[in-house]
Amino acid sequence: MALLEVQSLTKHYGEARALSDVSFTIKKGQFVAVIGPSGSGKTTLIRCINRLIEPTSGSVKYNKENLLELKGQELRHARARLGMIFQHYNLVPRLTVIENVLHGRLGYKSTFAGVIGRYTEEEKEKAVEVLRLLGLEEYVYRRCDQLSGGQKQRVGIARALVQDPRMILCDEPISSLDPSSSKIIMDYLRKIQVELGITILVNLHQVDVAKKYSERILGFNSGKKVFDGAPAKLDADTIHDIYGTEAGELIID
Amino acid sequence: MSSLSTRTPTQFFVLQKTKITIFLVAMLLISWMTSAFTSFELGDAFRAIPEVVAWTFTRFVPDARAFERLPRIFSRLVDTIFMSIMASTVAAVVSFPFALFGSRTTRINGFLAVFSRGIASINRNIPVAAWAMIFLLSFGQSSFTGFLALFFATFGFLTRAFMETIDEASASSVEALRAVGASYPQIIAQAVIPGTMPQMISWMLYMIELNIRSATLVGLLTGSGIGFLFDFYYKGRQYGTASLIVICIVVVVLGIEYISNRLRRVIL
Repeated sequence: MALLEVQSLTKHYGEARALSDVSFTIKKGQFVAVIGPSGSGKTTLIRCINRLIEPTSGSVKYNKENLLELKGQELRHARARLGMIFQHYNLVPRLTVIENVLHGRLGYKSTFAGVIGRYTEEEKEKAVEVLRLLGLEEYVYRRCDQLSGGQKQRVGIARALVQDPRMILCDEPISSLDPSSSKIIMDYLRKIQVELGITILVNLHQVDVAKKYSERILGFNSGKKVFDGAPAKLDADTIHDIYGTEAGELIID
Repeated sequence: MSSLSTRTPTQFFVLQKTKITIFLVAMLLISWMTSAFTSFELGDAFRAIPEVVAWTFTRFVPDARAFERLPRIFSRLVDTIFMSIMASTVAAVVSFPFALFGSRTTRINGFLAVFSRGIASINRNIPVAAWAMIFLLSFGQSSFTGFLALFFATFGFLTRAFMETIDEASASSVEALRAVGASYPQIIAQAVIPGTMPQMISWMLYMIELNIRSATLVGLLTGSGIGFLFDFYYKGRQYGTASLIVICIVVVVLGIEYISNRLRRVIL
């Protein structure tokens, strides 16, 4: 069953084409990686799906609902069901871990309850439970600026998980992390997919990581989708196609 | 890259040094020309220094009468301090919404952004003394005039400082909260305010310090606070009392600076 259907998605910045006519569908529960060189449109793609960037044209159906037609309240509610994690974690550094995690509930709350930060007991319990799942139970009341990069990214994942999302968009989640923290984060993303059945769409810079974790890879170059298939089909020639011939010998060869 | 291929490193550094030399010569020339134009004699100014120092230490020292006037000085000084604190805090509160609408991260629409930035820029670029003169015409010599002058200049500066703080400290968390479906007021309350408050308070403390200094000048112009008292005794040739006032101002400025540095260490 298709959870996400992207059709002819296009984003222009004046003359520059960040995304041209991109289409694909993602089934519920899949782990999909997006790879491509810097400036190939990976980040624009992720942000056009939840409309942090407004696409020029096309359609994005999530849960059978066209996100590009939604306004105000409807868009908020749709976003509430779609998690996102970021390269730079995007937490409020001066707030505690649990406060940052509970931000994931704001999309479900009335504006007033959200402004004064009134969360229900179930929401707080859920936040602690999610933090336990991610091995952060000791850090619940710690301020986020005291955490390491890997721990911050886990808080970011926890914030996405309390949203009860069907899908989590991940924008280069390991690009600012060392190899061992990167592995921990990728293992958690896989755990979330396998155990909770949450669909994962992840932008990656590392081809080997994409091959190891994903069931399907989308390759992008200059805003166009140039590859769509199983990791096994991604051979050296295809990788050179995605990353451009100028690159010559790539570091992963 | 192309410059590397067209000239040798030696030529490159000769060019760099020539630029610096030309700049220094130009600076000297400009300062010589302007002092000639305003008939300011640097030599005369320096030769006058011993005389000035002698005058300061013989005539411009507190005398017995000055100390009798200390209570009066204190009450004016307290007025001045309160006026600066009030102008700075009120300006901070008013600046916050303007900064929200003007910041790239939290702007609502282009029109409001240009409007808030414009208002802030006008206010910032009119010096506090000019504000004092403007309000002097409509409100006359009163402490309210002084308050308004400080308020408008502070408002302009703080709006700008707050806008930069918001863009710097909360752009990423604002994006995350938009992605979870938070509404605008929720984003402000849950991400922008907790992320930027300490930095904003720090800016406000800085303005309080600065305004105590400016309040002296503004008071001189608007006939209020410690500036007025200084003016009064100075023109009355009561240099002893005038000098005590200057000493008091210096002590207060240093004290406020010390307190606000301590506060800053606690909140940041």
